[in-house]
Amino acid sequence: MSKYILEMREIRKEFPGIVACDNITIGLKKGEIHALLGENGAGKSTLMSILFGLYKPDKGEILINGKNVKITGPVEANINKIGMVHQHFKLIHNFTVLENIILGVEQTKNGILDMNEARNRIKDLSDKYGLNIELNVKIKDISVSMQQKVEIIKMLYRENEILIFDEPTAVLTPQEIESLMKTMQYLAKEGKSILFITHKLDEIKQIADNCTVIRKGKFIDTVNVSTTSKEELSELMVGRKVSLDISKNEAKIGDTILDVKNLSFKNKLKNISFKVKSGEILCIAGIDGNGQTELIEAITGLIKDYNCEHIKLKNTDISKLSIRNRIEQQIGHIPEDRQKHGLVLEYDLAYNTILQTYYTKRFNKKGFLKKSDIYKFADTLIKRFDIRTSKGATTSTRSMSGGNQQKIILAREIDREPELLIAVQPTRGLDVGAIEYIHKQIIEQRDSGRAVLLVSLELEEVLNLSDRILVMYEGEIVANLNSKDTNFKELGLYMAGSKKQSVEVL
Amino acid sequence: MKKYIFKSENFLDFLSSLFVIFVGLLIGFVILLISNSSAAPNAFLTILTFGYTSMRNMGDVLLLATPIILTGLSVAFSFKTGLFNIGASGQFTVGAFLAIYIGINATDIPSGLRIILSILVAAIGGALWGAIPGFLKAYRNVHEVISCIMTNYIAMFLVNYLIITNILDTGRGTSLPVPASSNLPTWGLEHIFRDNLRASHVNIGFFIAIVIAIVLYIVLEKTVFGYELKAGGFNKNAADYAGISGNKNMVLSMMISGSIAGIAGALNYLAGTGLSMSIVDNLSMEGFTGISVAFLGLNHPVGIIFSGIFVSSLFLGGARTQIFGFSVEIVEIVMSVIIYFCSFVFLVKTFLSKNFKKSEKEEVL
Repeated sequence: MSKYILEMREIRKEFPGIVACDNITIGLKKGEIHALLGENGAGKSTLMSILFGLYKPDKGEILINGKNVKITGPVEANINKIGMVHQHFKLIHNFTVLENIILGVEQTKNGILDMNEARNRIKDLSDKYGLNIELNVKIKDISVSMQQKVEIIKMLYRENEILIFDEPTAVLTPQEIESLMKTMQYLAKEGKSILFITHKLDEIKQIADNCTVIRKGKFIDTVNVSTTSKEELSELMVGRKVSLDISKNEAKIGDTILDVKNLSFKNKLKNISFKVKSGEILCIAGIDGNGQTELIEAITGLIKDYNCEHIKLKNTDISKLSIRNRIEQQIGHIPEDRQKHGLVLEYDLAYNTILQTYYTKRFNKKGFLKKSDIYKFADTLIKRFDIRTSKGATTSTRSMSGGNQQKIILAREIDREPELLIAVQPTRGLDVGAIEYIHKQIIEQRDSGRAVLLVSLELEEVLNLSDRILVMYEGEIVANLNSKDTNFKELGLYMAGSKKQSVEVL
Repeated sequence: MKKYIFKSENFLDFLSSLFVIFVGLLIGFVILLISNSSAAPNAFLTILTFGYTSMRNMGDVLLLATPIILTGLSVAFSFKTGLFNIGASGQFTVGAFLAIYIGINATDIPSGLRIILSILVAAIGGALWGAIPGFLKAYRNVHEVISCIMTNYIAMFLVNYLIITNILDTGRGTSLPVPASSNLPTWGLEHIFRDNLRASHVNIGFFIAIVIAIVLYIVLEKTVFGYELKAGGFNKNAADYAGISGNKNMVLSMMISGSIAGIAGALNYLAGTGLSMSIVDNLSMEGFTGISVAFLGLNHPVGIIFSGIFVSSLFLGGARTQIFGFSVEIVEIVMSVIIYFCSFVFLVKTFLSKNFKKSEKEEVL
C-alpha cells in the first residue's frame, strides 16, 4: 500500500507559448487536508483539470493508491473516487436538491426513476456529516452556502474518497467559512482525503495538515503547515517578501461628490441612499449578488429603469442622463469584468485608451481618427502607469496579462481626472504585485481629493483600503461603518444579514 | 523581434482562404468524378480556368462579380459591426425592383441622371429594408437573422406583386425590359473585353463596386464612426460601458449594409444583359452568395473584391461544363459545395493560428 491515496508525479502541461504546469508533484495522504497554494494563474486550475481528465498532461503520471491510472474525463475521475466542488457550482438551477444530487447516477426501477432509495441514502449521509439540507427545494431558491453543501453531498453520494475543494470560501461569509471548515475537518476525520485549493493563508493555517505551493507553473515546495508561518507561506507563494498591510495617510474629507437618494431597482435595490465625499474611499461590502452590481450599474447608467429621488454628482442630477453624459460629468469607472465591459479585446492597446474620448477634439478631426495623436497618448499612459507590453501601443489587448489589462483601464479612467472614481473588484484575479500597484493608485486618487467608490468582495481589501464601509444585504444597506472601528467578524454578521443597524445610524 | 512568416496575420488569412478553396474544389471534383469520370478532368479544368481563357470571358467574370462583391461587402459590413445581415437577398430584390421601375418609367429624365437616380433610389430602398431588422433588433430585441429571413420573403412576394401590377411583360411573365438608355454605360470597356465573336456586357458597375469597397474600408478603419461601429460589433458590453449608443448604430449599420445590397440589385439589372426579374417564388441567390464571398474574403473589403471575382469565375466556368454533358443540377451541386466550403474559412483560420502561431503571451508578462 502506498503512502499516498493520490499522487500526481512530475506533471507537465504546456499551452502554446506558456508552460502552465512544469514538473509538479503532489501527494495526498489518506485522511489529510492538503492545501494547494498559489496565486491566480499559478497553475492550480490546470493541475486540477488534468486530474479530472479535462486536459491531457504532456508528461507525468497520476497514481491512486499507488496504482497508475489514466483519467480521460470526469466519468473516470468519478470511477476513481475523485470528486470536486468547483468554484462555480455545477448545479442545475431549476432542479431540486435531490435531483441535482442523483444527476448522472440515477437509480431506476423498470426504467422509472427510483427516488426513494436515493432519498434515504442522502438522509443518512447528511445526518452523518451534519449537512442539513432540504431535498425538495429548487437550487435557485437556496443560498450559496446551501448550494455548496449540495455539492459536498453530491461527492459523498458518489462515494468519492478524494474530495477537491476549489476556492470554496470565496463565496461565503466569515461565519459560513467557519462552518465549512468544521465540515471539512469532520470529513477528514471520517477518512476522506481533501485537497483544498486556495490563496488564503489563514484558512490553510486553520485546517490544513500539509501544503503544496506552486508559483508560475512550477512546483516550489510541500511544507508541514504547523511548522510554517504565514509569512513563510506567502513568501513561498509570491517568491519575495510582501507587505500584507496597506499604508495610507489620514483621509482629508471634503465636499460631497456623489449623493444617491432613495434608489430602487426591481427587487435588487431597496431605497438606497448614501453619499461619497471627496478625499475618501467608500467601500460597498457584501456577498456577491446582494445588489452591488446593480447599484453601480444604476449610478453609471448601464441600467435605466430604476426609481430614485436623485443621483447627484456634485450639484447635477445625473439620474436621467445617458451613459455618455454621465461620463462627461467626470465619472471614472473600473468595471467589475474588465474583459466584458472594460476593454474591446479586438482593439489594440491604444484604441482601448480612447474608449470614452475618441470623439473629442483631441482624437477626432472632422470625423476621422487622429491616429498619431492616439498612439502618442497611449505611449504616455504606458510610461506613466508602467504597463508592460510586447509591442507598445500597438500590442494586441487580448495577448496581455490580466494585470496589464487592468492597468490599461486604470490608466484610462484615472487620466480622465474624474471627480468620482468607481472601482468594482479592481484587483480580482490579479497577482500580488499588480494588486499592490492598483491599491497604491487608488489611494493616490483619494489623496488628490477624488471621491472613490469601491466595491469589493475581499474583506481584507475592504478593511485595509477603505475609510468608510457600507454593507449591502439583499439590496439594502444594512450597515454604515468606519473601517477603523470594525473587524472581520462584525462585517461577517452584517453581510450574512444577521445584524442590521438602525435607520438613525444609517 | 523577428517576424516569422506564420506570425503574419495577413499570410494566415490568405493561407486559410486557399485551404478552404482547395478542399471545396477537391470535393467538387469528386462529385464530378462520380457523375461522369471520363469527362470530369476536363470539366474541372474548365471550372477553374474558363473565366480567364479570353478577354470576353474575363469581362463576363467582372460583370458577374459586381453584384456578389457588393452583397459580400454588405454582409461583411454588418459582420464588422456585430450583426449578421442574412437579409441581403431581400434588400437586393427591393433595390433591383426600384432601379428597374425608374429605368422603365422615368424616361423623361436624361439618361445619365436617370441611372444615378436609379442607383440612389435602390440604395435608399435597400437601406429602408435593412432598417426593419435593425430596428427590431435594437429596440425590440428580435434576432436579426430571424427578421432578415422574414423580410427576405416579404421582399420577394411584395416585389412579385409590384412587378405584376406595374411593370409586367405579359409575354414573358417577367419584368419589362429596361430601355438601353437606362443601362449603365460601358465607357468603352466592350473594346477591351471581347473576343472575335462578340463583346462582354461588362460595364462601369464593377468600378462602382470597387469604389464602394474603398469607401467602406475608409469608414471602418479611419473614421470615428467606424471606431464606434466596430467597438459595438466586437464587444457590445464595452460599447455600452463607454457610452456608445449601441441601438442607434445597429440601425445605421443595417441601413448601410442594406443600401449596398440594394445597389447590388440595381447594378445587376441595369447591366444591359437583357436580364429581367422573374416572377418566381425563389429568393435572390446573390444575397446568399454574398455571405460566402464575405467569408472567403475574410470580411476585408479588398479580400472581398478578389473572392467575388474568384467565385464569379467559378460560376462562369461551372455553367460552361454543360458542354461536357454534365446536367445543370450536378453543376449546381458542385458550385454549391465549393461555395459552401468557402464559409468554413474562419474555422480553418482559428485552427491554423492555434497551431502555427505562437501565442504572444510569453513575451508580455
